[in-house]
Amino acid sequence: MKRLWNIFKQGIIFENPLLMLMIGLCSALAVTTSVSNAVGMGVAMTFVMLCSEIMISAFRKVIPNSVRIPIFIVIIAAFTTIIDYVMQAYFPELSKSMGVFIPLIVVNCIIMGRVEAFAYKQKVPDAIVDSLGMGLGYTWVMVGIAALRELLGNGTLAGTQVMPASFQPILFFTMSPGGFLVFALFISFNIWLKGRMAKAQAAKAGAAQEDAA
Amino acid sequence: MTLLKIFVIALLINNVVLMRYLALCSYIGMTSDVGQSIGMGFAVTFVTVLATAATWPIYNLILLPLHLEFLKILVFILVIASLVQLVEFYLKKNVPGLYAAMGIYLPLITTNCAILAVTFENISNGYSFIESVVYSVAVSLGYLLAMVLLAGVRIRIKNSPVPKFVQGTPILFVATSLIALAFGGFAGLIK
Repeated sequence: MKRLWNIFKQGIIFENPLLMLMIGLCSALAVTTSVSNAVGMGVAMTFVMLCSEIMISAFRKVIPNSVRIPIFIVIIAAFTTIIDYVMQAYFPELSKSMGVFIPLIVVNCIIMGRVEAFAYKQKVPDAIVDSLGMGLGYTWVMVGIAALRELLGNGTLAGTQVMPASFQPILFFTMSPGGFLVFALFISFNIWLKGRMAKAQAAKAGAAQEDAA
Repeated sequence: MTLLKIFVIALLINNVVLMRYLALCSYIGMTSDVGQSIGMGFAVTFVTVLATAATWPIYNLILLPLHLEFLKILVFILVIASLVQLVEFYLKKNVPGLYAAMGIYLPLITTNCAILAVTFENISNGYSFIESVVYSVAVSLGYLLAMVLLAGVRIRIKNSPVPKFVQGTPILFVATSLIALAFGGFAGLIK
């Protein structure tokens, strides 16, 4: 149980796909102009990742090593097609505002990376936990960026007005330069957080050593 | 006139990297050196145009008449992947000079989202074949432009006292933000 929890934790902070591994950035910046888009993208991404990781982990013994990449791509593309059509049918507005970025899940390096580095070598339960952790790690960063951009750029949060009426929306944040700037701040925050955690852990280890001595 | 319009919009106004956030992975990863960024830019241009020339007929002449539109994602990604492989083999055998310059970038291109996005947009924008080709050239030249710009800025960043809290990747995004802001000025170019 502890092992699964550790796998889960990796994706959320230490190996956060967006902030630490710096992969899958395209969609992260493009759809974070509003919180609802970010949640939609996060869910779509997690769905594709979960299904592909389960599938590949379950069949890992029969997939030949030499042709694994094309097989991965076909599996991921199949699930991406499913989510693309589901979104178009049930959330047409969301699907329209995310545009080409839903089909682009298929080349998202996060999924390919996790499938190659994790699911292909691990058992199904581990793969499920890993995909959920990575998916959640991806979604929280997306929602964080989107909340900041929507709040400052539009004065709303998930569509409801939260800023006082006198607030002049700063359009900069909904446009592309603002997206890059907010993302820069997020990475620098995460680097700071990671440094602090490493320091706290080192201090703890040092204290334990002194106790032992 | 419309071709020129498509070209200018895709190259400057809706620049693929700076305005539409596509292909960011290679944009950050491959720009530590100007020569490298130019190599990558041309390799992407080459593959994008080829991919457009291959996927447009496949969609309009095969998938559409057979009502197999739902296979679009699957077919396009496989076509691009195999195209990249073919190009690699061909260059290795027949044009070793070009292969030496471009070879190392080719495998990375398969999962470059700009290329796949261009092939999808050719379809969703309803472009004709000629328009698709012009569009793909413009998008990939826009990519080349953005790559070279950032690579140039990175040389200056290397020799500048960067504040500690934005050292490393954050400063690249801050620089990109400023470049994108400058590109915002092109928005008034076409009404």
